[in-house]
Amino acid sequence: MPDMSAIANPQQRQFNPYAENGGTILAVAGADFTVIAGDTRQSEGYSIQTRYASKVFRLTDRAVLAVNGFAADGNMFVKKVKQRLEWYRHNHAKDMPLRSIARLIQTMLYAQRFFPYYVYNILGGIEEDGTGAVYSFDPVGSYEREACRAAGAAQSLLQPFLDNQIYFKNQTAARGYSHPAHLPLPDVLSIVIDSFTSATERHIEVGDGLEMYIVMAKGQTLPDAVTNLLPEELPSTGDGERVFVLKRDLKKD
Amino acid sequence: MNALLSKFSATDADSEIRTAMDLAEEDGLTDAMWGSQAGFGQLVQGHAFNIPAVPNPTAFLRLHTDDHADPNCKIKIQHGTTTLAFRFQGGVIVAVDSRATAGSYIASGTVKKVIEINPYLLGTMAGGAADCQYWETYLGIQCRLHELRNRERISVAAASKYLSNLVYSYKGMGLSMGTMICGWDKTGPTIFYVDSDGSRLKGDLFSVGSGSTFAYGVLDQGYRWDLTDEEAQELGRRSIYAAGHRDAFSGNTCNLYHVKEDGWRFIGNYDITKMHYDGPGAVPGSLGSGYGYDVRTDNRFSVLPKPVSA
Repeated sequence: MPDMSAIANPQQRQFNPYAENGGTILAVAGADFTVIAGDTRQSEGYSIQTRYASKVFRLTDRAVLAVNGFAADGNMFVKKVKQRLEWYRHNHAKDMPLRSIARLIQTMLYAQRFFPYYVYNILGGIEEDGTGAVYSFDPVGSYEREACRAAGAAQSLLQPFLDNQIYFKNQTAARGYSHPAHLPLPDVLSIVIDSFTSATERHIEVGDGLEMYIVMAKGQTLPDAVTNLLPEELPSTGDGERVFVLKRDLKKD
Repeated sequence: MNALLSKFSATDADSEIRTAMDLAEEDGLTDAMWGSQAGFGQLVQGHAFNIPAVPNPTAFLRLHTDDHADPNCKIKIQHGTTTLAFRFQGGVIVAVDSRATAGSYIASGTVKKVIEINPYLLGTMAGGAADCQYWETYLGIQCRLHELRNRERISVAAASKYLSNLVYSYKGMGLSMGTMICGWDKTGPTIFYVDSDGSRLKGDLFSVGSGSTFAYGVLDQGYRWDLTDEEAQELGRRSIYAAGHRDAFSGNTCNLYHVKEDGWRFIGNYDITKMHYDGPGAVPGSLGSGYGYDVRTDNRFSVLPKPVSA
């Protein structure tokens, strides 16, 4: 007698085009710079697919995009944003301003409202007025300008730490002193590195490597404390904003 | 026949261009998107949303995004929470909280839930944050086009009906918004409540979101038509404070707007915890003390009795 169990039991199938690839991204805006960082581990479930997959991408001389969530959607989304920015360059002979890139990303995400990209985006860079800026997005395009934001697997570990160290939440300044509105670059970099080493210690999906992009406003140079860390400068098209990359190892277990 | 031939030939330059155009079309890209209109260019000519190729796209979307039915679903759409608006002698008061939650995680405490559609129209955000942000920005474009075509500002009634008809055309597809369109037009101060189910109601006083019941409690108690500007602003703040205090999905800060004949004005941003202990600060209409009742209990608590002094 043939096996009837497959027929007797009700079966259900569904279209599931999404996966969760772990990892974490983070961005902090300073007065005249922005740091955008992400780890490089890519995993599915408990297995590590690769120890080096970038989640942070340079878009223009003054804009860097970090993507987290489903890696395939993220890579495709970055590709399409870059394509739209290239068309803009051909049409207008200049790079798209940061706030316009933010709005572009909203409309591109919302165009997929009924078949969303499973991607959390953080856009960082320099605004037209020379200030550092961070824009964070939900998967369907709601966005907001902020001073710092963590997203991804270790979001709930990192964001409270940043709230405390960047926004000085639940801290009281000593008598006669006040909290600074913006931190200097070396302080921000040590906070970012500490964030990722700590997240690596306590989250299984975070680790392997750390990529930090630093966008400097026009006319700004890196402080000596940062130059000593030997960041790589990415080639830029003009004499305006400059983009640097700093790479660090994270624990690989 | 020639057209048919070239359609299926894969070698000539013509077919290469066609393939590229087909690919672009599949992505919902039109010529309008090549310019600086950031994708809104195509909105003017009608919408092109990408829909998953499954028998029931709505069920697909619900499966992957509905965090009420399934807290473990992957895509968590940010949800808004307490908003209110009321009409009175001196115009319209709009007050909202600033918390966004994804499941039980506080995704943000600095959300702008009042959307500045144009200098004399405000919209509020409850439900899907992206739905409200996107469609109210789109409404702003349509309102400007109305001005250019008719040499006259759009009425609040017309603007709200435009939004209502628009979201109604997507009914059942998963949009989630509960919004109040507030402004001042020829008829005076006006509020319309519009939601994604298709409701559109004109009224004097509305509150929307999970904290609305708490806000209504304070609002109904203190509401009068002849409130002064200062009293009205204080009532808006106090109502949002009540919602932030009693509703876990509301909180962080309160944003307050006042609409008058010459358009809206941003009054201020108030920390809800600060309002609990110290009040809103030195602002017109403020009583000067905290809203929390612990200032009135002389440190007597049932769980932590006042230590007996010797």
